[in-house]
Formats: sequence, structure tokens, C-alpha cells
Amino acid sequence: MRKKDYSDKVFEVILKLSAAISLSIVILLVLVLIKHSFLSIKTFKLRFFINTVWDPVFEKFGALPFIYGTLLTSFLALVISVPISISIALFLSEFAERKLKEFLSVVITLLAAIPSVIYGLWGIFVLAPIMRNYVGPILQKFFGFLPFFQGNIYGLDYLSASVVLSIMITPTISSISKELFDAVPKNLKEAALALGATKYEMIKISVLKTTKVGIIAAILLGLGRAIGETMAVTMIIGNIPNISLSLFSSGATLASVIANEFAEATEDLYLSSLYYIGLVLFLVTLILNIISKFLIKHLSKTK
Amino acid sequence: MKKMLIKIITTCLFISTTIFGQRVVLINGAGATFPYPLYSKWFYEYAKIDKTVNFNYQSIGSGGGIRQILAQTVDFGATDAFMTDNQLKQAPGKILHIPMTAGAVVLIYNIPELKGKKALKLTPEIISKIYLGKIKKWNDKLIQLENPDVSLPDKNIVVARRSDGSGTTFIFTEYLCEVSQEWENKVGKGTSVNWPVGLGGKGNEGVAGIVKNTPYSIGYVEISYAMQNNLDYAMVKNKDGYYVKPTIESITAAIEDKAKNMPDDYRISIVNAGGKNSYPITGLTWVLVYQKQQDKVRGEKLVQFLKWAVTDGQNYCKDLLYAPLPKNLRDKILKTIETIEY
Repeated sequence: MRKKDYSDKVFEVILKLSAAISLSIVILLVLVLIKHSFLSIKTFKLRFFINTVWDPVFEKFGALPFIYGTLLTSFLALVISVPISISIALFLSEFAERKLKEFLSVVITLLAAIPSVIYGLWGIFVLAPIMRNYVGPILQKFFGFLPFFQGNIYGLDYLSASVVLSIMITPTISSISKELFDAVPKNLKEAALALGATKYEMIKISVLKTTKVGIIAAILLGLGRAIGETMAVTMIIGNIPNISLSLFSSGATLASVIANEFAEATEDLYLSSLYYIGLVLFLVTLILNIISKFLIKHLSKTK
Repeated sequence: MKKMLIKIITTCLFISTTIFGQRVVLINGAGATFPYPLYSKWFYEYAKIDKTVNFNYQSIGSGGGIRQILAQTVDFGATDAFMTDNQLKQAPGKILHIPMTAGAVVLIYNIPELKGKKALKLTPEIISKIYLGKIKKWNDKLIQLENPDVSLPDKNIVVARRSDGSGTTFIFTEYLCEVSQEWENKVGKGTSVNWPVGLGGKGNEGVAGIVKNTPYSIGYVEISYAMQNNLDYAMVKNKDGYYVKPTIESITAAIEDKAKNMPDDYRISIVNAGGKNSYPITGLTWVLVYQKQQDKVRGEKLVQFLKWAVTDGQNYCKDLLYAPLPKNLRDKILKTIETIEY
């Protein structure tokens, strides 16, 4: 008789352990966040989510400006980045020659490898003056009647932060989308063309439609990076905890306030409130993930 | 538990260093980032004098330094803002504040019309009103009055300040509290405050970056940043009505002035000092140690180092743009260091 083979069992145990580790890290993370933010939770309760004042001296803390800043910059970054990323991916997958495709793919991956502090410094020294002197005034000239483009332009604002973020998440979204488009079966494309579709129609029918769930997942990964991005945003967003419709006003994000203030927070309630911010950041990410899970489920059904 | 761990680690280090010949003592410290360049220079130079001691300093910020010394996870802490009575009460033993050096906060500005001209003159009232958002334009009457020989532009002032918690902000807001009742009531002092106006830059380099790149801006940074980056910086009128340029000498003059009323625990703010040569926006930075050291060997080495730092070590201050402590204060500090038991 053959000796009993344990390799499958061992393999399964290893996989289960790995899964358990990731789960326990999340659970421990939440426990630590709750433990350290307990004082602040007890003091501010749920009002923390709607308070707009952040005053370390008089110990009044509220997270709303930071939640607003995080959501606004992340979504604006998506609005800028998604069309560009998908266009890049379509070009690489459907239009570019093999050599150009390989070369551009490497360039885009390189973008992802640039440290975020470099993006931040580039933001202050290069992007901010451009936004202040050219982009901002032009936008204001044509769209100045909208509340989104009013006020003084200093270049350190929601818009600049979103532009930096959009550049940072473009490699993620475009490289995953490219892989998705490459994986679309050739006969599907050929079938569309055979039916008389133009190249544009072919892309619409056989490429984008079949990959839409995957694209949503790619966008989500990009969103995840945008929400958690700290260093680059901190350097260029201006760090003023306020809520303003104008994209030319400075703001702050959940991640940036933690990065800014954690090291020097000496008072207990202050430190605890920063942990509470961390908990809020975790919740925001969680809620967005749940929403997108529903979206993906819905989209897969209607396919 | 943490203490255990540290004991185990240090024992391991001890054993390994004994095996490899020389016995080296490792002293751990953590805290303020502001004096970090000076401290590293000191550790480097001191290693040449005493080869049996090694320093490990983590520049995690003053807040972290205070927390770590309270938790006894380090041999010394370092801070730019002295500990409050409340914090001292939490300590398991008596903590001493040892002043090491001092720095200044300078106001940098970017007014293209004034580039290369005489330094702008600012009064405490002007500075506090700019940061309260009450003076909005550069050609405001108050500013023009103090600077009659230049014509100031009719431009909005872009205010810049630190976004991260920092000792620099503490010194600056402490000064504003001292000179403006309104600031004290509305904003107060701290390593971070709720600013009425101003763009936040991360770190001295962030504020310097904003000011460098934004015409008609003003910001505050540590003196070394202003000097190294060739930025224009303002002269400030001090308590006795003299306009003083921030220099190493004018910081030491400010300490000297305040040293006349130095309390025995050295917990004193030196902002708004008087005298002909004192620059008013300055602050001390301290090392925090327990008066009763637990480890005889490490305690002894630490005391020897501190004594060296406030005497011979002071000679290294100037090159790195820190202000050396005045002579009269050094003797007093030496006596305090001698009270450390080990």
C-alpha cells in the first residue's frame, strides 16, 4: 500500500494559518484602536463625527473636517484618474505595438515605485506654483461662478492634493485594467468585429462590458491607496481643518492629522482623540469596501 | 514587562561586548527633534573621549520623549516644552530638567519688492495681529509705520505655519500668549493649536517651502532653516523696545537675561526677554533624567556625559546654529547634575 500522503493536509493547514493571521491582525488592530481611543470615545461619543472644531489647546476635538477632506480628495482623485487610467490601459492593450506596450508598461510601474514623500515635495515645489499661477486662475475664469472654484488660490488645496493623489493611483488602476483587457478572449473581440462593429464599438461591447466588475475592483484598490495616502497629501493640502466647497481652499485629511500631530501629542485626551481618528479612518475604509462589494455583486448579476 | 525586555536586551549587548573585548555601556534616549543634530554631534565627539559608552537617541518628538521617560523605557528623555506639574506627578521618581541649549524661532517672509533690502521690522503687536488674521495686507499702517524707508506692496499676506506638532510652534505660540492677551484667550499655546489663519506646512522644510514658493507670504521656522536656506527674516522689537536680529549671540543674551530669575528646576520660558541684545522668540531645550538612577554604571556614565555636554560640549553649538548656554548658568546646572544619585 502507498504511504499516506500528508502534503495536502499540511498545505491546507498552512493556508488556513495565513488566513487566520490576516484576520487576527485586523481584529487586534481594531481592539488596540478602541482601547487607546476609549477616553475620547467616552468624552465625545458619536458627536466626534459631526464636531468641526479641532483645538488641542482647549481640548475640543471633532473629526468631520478630516472625514470631509479624506472623502473629497479621494473621490476627486478618482474622477481625475479613472478616465486617464482606463484610456492608458485600453491604449496599451488594444492599440499599442508590442515594443511600445512593453516600454510603457515599465514606465507606468515605475510611477508606482516613487516614494510618496517625493510626490509631496514635487507637489510643493512644482505643482503648487503651476496650480496657483496657471491652472487655478484659468478654472476660476471659466467656472468661477460655481462655488467649487471661488476664493484665493495658493496652490496648497484640495485640488492640488487630488491631482497628486490621482497621479499616485493611476499606475495601480491602469496596470490592473490592462491585465484585465489582455485577458479578454480573442474570439470575443473578433466576433464583435465580424458583426460589423467598429473598433470603438468592439471595445465597448466585448472589452469594457466583460471586464466591468474587474475594473471596479481596480478602482477600489486605487481608492484604498488614495484614502490612506499620508505623506504626499500632508505636504500639499495646506492642513487647515475646515469644510469648504471650494476646491481652492486648504483642508486636512484623517491620515494627515495623525501624521502631523501624533508625535507631539502629550495630553491623554489629545492622544486618545488621534487614536479615535485612526478608528474613524478604519471605519471609512470599511464602509467604502462594503458599498463596493454590493456594487460588484449587483453588477455581476446584471451581466 | 518593558523594563524586563530592556534589561534582557542590554544584558545581551553587555555580554556580546564583553566577549568582543571592550565593555561598552549603551545609554538610551528619546525625544525632541529640534536638538537632534547637536546631540548626534555630541555623541559622536564624546565617543572619542570615552570609548566605553555608546548613545542611542531616537528623535521621536518632545511628546514621545516625555512619555518614554515616564514609562522608564529610556535612560533620558529630551523635550523642547518643559513637563507640566501634572505630568511630573505621574512620574515614579523625581525628574530633573537639564537645559542643554537654546534655539530661536524666526519670521521668514517672501516679499519680492524687498528682496536683498534691509530686514523687515516687526513689533509683537504686528506679529500677533498677522497670525490672528487682523492684519491682512502688507501695506497695513502698523507695518508701514515701523518700516518707513521701504514702500510695502498692497498685497494680501499669505500666512504659513507648522501643521505638525512641534517645539517650534510651542515657542512661537508661547511668545504670542506673552505679548497678546487676545491670543492667549482665543488660541493659547501648545505644540499644535487651532490656528485662526494660515496654511500648514509639515516640518520646518514644509513652512520654508511654502514661504519660498509663495510671494507675499510670512512663516516661522527654526533659526537654522532661515540661515541655511537664505531666506529673508525679520527683526523683532523686544520688550525693552530694541529691534534685534535673530543671531546665536542674541539668543544667548536672552537666556542670560532670563537666567537672573532662573528657578531651581529650570522650568522656565525664555520668550520675551528684555535687554538691549535679546532676541525675544527663543526657547530652551531640556534633557530629562531621574534624580535617582537605577543602574549604577549607566547612571555614572550619563552624569559624566551631561557634565561634559554643558561645559566642553557647548563649544559645538555655534557651528550647528544652536545657542550656547551663558557661563553663569552652566555652573548652576553643573551643581544640579551633581545631585543625581547612582
